[in-house]
Amino acid sequence: MDQTITKPRSFQEIILRLQTYWAGQGCAVMQPYDMEVGAGTFHPATTLRSLGSRPWAAAYVQPSRRPTDGRYGENPNRLQHYYQYQVLIKPSPPDLQDLYLGSLRAIGIDMALHDIRFVEDDWESPTLGAWGLGWEVWCDGMEVSQFTYFQQVGGHDCHPVSGELTYGLERLAMYVLGVDHVMDMPYNDPDAPIALSYGDVFRQTEQEYSRWNFDVADTDVLLRHFEEAEAECARILDQDADDPKTGKRIIMAHPAYDQCIKASHIFNLLDARGVISVTERQSYIGRVRALAKRCADAFVTTEAGGYAA
Amino acid sequence: MPDLLIELFSEEIPARMQAKAADDLKSRVTNGLVEAGLTYAGAAAYATPRRLALRVDGLTERSPDVKEERKGPRTDAPEQAIEGFLRGAGVTRDQLIERDEKKGRVFFAVIEKPGRPAAEIVAEVLEDTIRNFPWPKSMRWGAGSLRWVRPLHRIVCLLTREDGSEVVPMDVDGIVSGRTTEGHRFMAPGAFDVTGFDDYEAKLKRSHVVLDATERAEAIWQDATNQAFASGLEVVEDKGLLAEVAGLVEWPVVLMGQIGEDFLGLPPEVLQTSMKEHQKFFSVKNPKTGRIERFITVANRETADHGATILAGNQKVLSARLSDAKFFWENDLRVAKSEGLTAWTDSLSNVTFHNKLGSQRDRIERIAALTRELAPMVGADADLAEQAARVAKADLASEMVYEFPELQGLMGRYYSDAAGLPPEVGAACQEHYSPLGPSDDVPSAPVSVAVALADKIDTLTGFWATFGFPTGSADPFALRRAALGIVRLILENDLSLGLYRVFYGGAAKRAVNAADSTNPVTQAQFRGMIISKYRDVLADLAEAASAQTELRATGAIRKKTEVSEFDYADWAAVSAHNILQLHEIEVVEDLISFLHDRLKVYLRDQGVRHDVIDACISMPGNDDLALLVKRAKALQSVLETEDGENLVQGFKRANNILTQAEDKDGVEYSFGGDPKFAEDPTETALFEALATAEAKITPAMTAQDFSTAMAAMADLRGPVDAFFEAVQVNSDNAVLRRNRLNLLSSIRSTCLQVADLTKIEG
Repeated sequence: MDQTITKPRSFQEIILRLQTYWAGQGCAVMQPYDMEVGAGTFHPATTLRSLGSRPWAAAYVQPSRRPTDGRYGENPNRLQHYYQYQVLIKPSPPDLQDLYLGSLRAIGIDMALHDIRFVEDDWESPTLGAWGLGWEVWCDGMEVSQFTYFQQVGGHDCHPVSGELTYGLERLAMYVLGVDHVMDMPYNDPDAPIALSYGDVFRQTEQEYSRWNFDVADTDVLLRHFEEAEAECARILDQDADDPKTGKRIIMAHPAYDQCIKASHIFNLLDARGVISVTERQSYIGRVRALAKRCADAFVTTEAGGYAA
Repeated sequence: MPDLLIELFSEEIPARMQAKAADDLKSRVTNGLVEAGLTYAGAAAYATPRRLALRVDGLTERSPDVKEERKGPRTDAPEQAIEGFLRGAGVTRDQLIERDEKKGRVFFAVIEKPGRPAAEIVAEVLEDTIRNFPWPKSMRWGAGSLRWVRPLHRIVCLLTREDGSEVVPMDVDGIVSGRTTEGHRFMAPGAFDVTGFDDYEAKLKRSHVVLDATERAEAIWQDATNQAFASGLEVVEDKGLLAEVAGLVEWPVVLMGQIGEDFLGLPPEVLQTSMKEHQKFFSVKNPKTGRIERFITVANRETADHGATILAGNQKVLSARLSDAKFFWENDLRVAKSEGLTAWTDSLSNVTFHNKLGSQRDRIERIAALTRELAPMVGADADLAEQAARVAKADLASEMVYEFPELQGLMGRYYSDAAGLPPEVGAACQEHYSPLGPSDDVPSAPVSVAVALADKIDTLTGFWATFGFPTGSADPFALRRAALGIVRLILENDLSLGLYRVFYGGAAKRAVNAADSTNPVTQAQFRGMIISKYRDVLADLAEAASAQTELRATGAIRKKTEVSEFDYADWAAVSAHNILQLHEIEVVEDLISFLHDRLKVYLRDQGVRHDVIDACISMPGNDDLALLVKRAKALQSVLETEDGENLVQGFKRANNILTQAEDKDGVEYSFGGDPKFAEDPTETALFEALATAEAKITPAMTAQDFSTAMAAMADLRGPVDAFFEAVQVNSDNAVLRRNRLNLLSSIRSTCLQVADLTKIEG
């Protein structure tokens, strides 16, 4: 049995240990992207940086929003706002599975007592025009992470291939900490002078957003915002690569991609409001995918995307 | 004779792909070795989550030397031609031999291909196998371009002889072959070397890897049943799950856990589905109560606490899952009890069935109307059948079916019972999807049969009218399956069902209306379209005295000769309703022939000859499939007798002579002969035999007793044969000739009553 393992005591300690671990493996520890996204994959540090030939290694926490999963803070496992921990390394190193298992050890999972399994689960994001092969990782029958080798993003073949790890932090932490209801989970050290639970931090916001997401959000405004984001994304990418003011070649892949993210999140909100029919759904997803593709096309013509003048 | 060992060591291979991958490795490598001239005594392939392995025993050391002669130009050919031949064959002048051929003296090059050592061939074949492996899905990784199912890490390739083993050298995109492999990821980390298959298998076992999937599956099953038995319980058998679980572990450890008391009230199918789909657990049931009380999970390792932590974790995950299921179940039951199933049916108006065919609710309306029409034909109470049809798909709106689509139908039965609906309705909810395949059970309760038929007919007619029939292997709406379902429901319940009546009765109309309502055309366009499209149909219809009474009642169609261009136009403009009906008629005829195609496949599998089926499909009443099959089976059994077979020859002879005479003379000989003109005794005998046969056949046909009718027909064989033996039909005596032709005509019409014998081959 591994003697060095100590059990973390709080949600934040698990996050901090993951940050330290992946920093130790040479990843750039980044901060959450400052926009509403449905998953850590949407962060440009993953979506855009998985494209092109330049090596990349990043790790970060990403607050993620899934309006349809809101349960007013009552369901022990479901939240409309939750955290993902995301690692992306390009090219995928040959020992990525071992690195990943090291991260589980770092957060206090004793490999000698638990049953860790890599179970086939291929990943596909129709909105990002992306797919990859990999597994969901099981710990004693519970899915604790997604492990994916990206094959295509934004319609582009990934070359080299990125290895992507996604941890559902609340679920993983509940398991490690032995908590049955997410709201009961210690957020900071339970012995701290002001000990806070996950519920202390998020129960109220879950209620507020659940109500807004399901019943109050102005769908006319959202529909308009969707159109505007779509138009703005296209307008940005239609600009000439050469900036007339500086005389430099500046392709605005990131600002355009922000609009794509925005459109995607608005679509999720509209979906939660129940105003999108089955047939319309496909068409909205197709429109977001078209934006993602154009952004990917633009990114690979930038320096970060491996473009050499 | 060396033995070959190959191992391809990778990251975790999906369980569902392992068995086929092992077979593919074996067949590709052994085929490649044999093609290159090696032989071997035996081969076996293995798969675990992290490796594919292959042993080939008794491989030959070298491929044999091959000597090949190639014919060249004549010895007196121009120098250039000879030099060209030398270059092409890769030999020098002094290696040529000369021989006399018909055309003169000719050069021959003798090319000797020396045999190659096994190692060289193995390396080539294995590399080719790796690069072209037929994975259902493969991927790239890192910066490389090699494809494998998941990243490939090691290649073991060894030739083992009595005096030791050698690594077959190869390098596939930087992966260099060797003799090193790894054991269990957690229980025996680290690499080790192997010298041959026996050593490999033994060391793997010491490193907590059971190489053979069958051995793993047997160990799991044995241990699971033992543990269950010790508690007086039994494991619910599931071969697919067993194979999958055996592909998820290298070192199976069976653990039995408890299902929380709270969840034991869930329907057993819900427990079983939830545990299997989400957790890959086996269900363990109490044979006394039939209830599922425990689960079996299979871990991939032993632990110091004998699996206690692992089991506790699994139990916790299961509780979370079953809490969801229980929540759905209780919510659904509450709705079913308080609001009945119609609340769900109503909410299905918001759910699209298909964007060309409306909502699920629209579909249910169509099915309900059709069920009502079908009910009397299948012996079901019309009110009860319609009631069943209206709720049969209600469970699609339940939370449980949203979560577990595979429980559709079954949940409907539970909820129907909970809502206090009659048991026939609950049974129809569950059974109306059946039969789903050629071996699935066919429902037999009349209400279930009516709804099942209506469901399939609606699918068939709706998609047919919208998209046409499936072509090739593309059948996105599973119309062939629906058609086969209809065929089996009819035949296996022995239903006498006129399909024309069923389709004209409204099924096709509703489907066509649904399809057309999304595709509006203007009256004028429609009129033009219809006139050109249906001119022939209109004319045919006017002649066909079948079921189109409505059409005739409108006065739109009279005799063919009375229908002028103007009539078409006028008619089309006046009656859009009838135009749609014509559209339906086309659909209906196509539909019946599509069903006949399925019927042919179904009957062929039961050993009925295709020409026999064709001969019966040509007969009237072919839309009554049960009748059609009775006819075909009777015909087939008559054809299996000597008399039957020979009668067909006699019939064909009579038919040929008659047809030729009728063509030549331009008349129909259909009056029937007169025995008083009979000259030859065989002729008289045939008249008598025909009268005897006719006396048996007519009542038998009325009673649809095909066997008796066909046996009577077969009795004609002797008299017919004797007649043709003794008599010249085309006599010089015109009276005799006419009388004989009329006799042949009687034979023809008598035989054709039973089946269209002209379609019988041979």
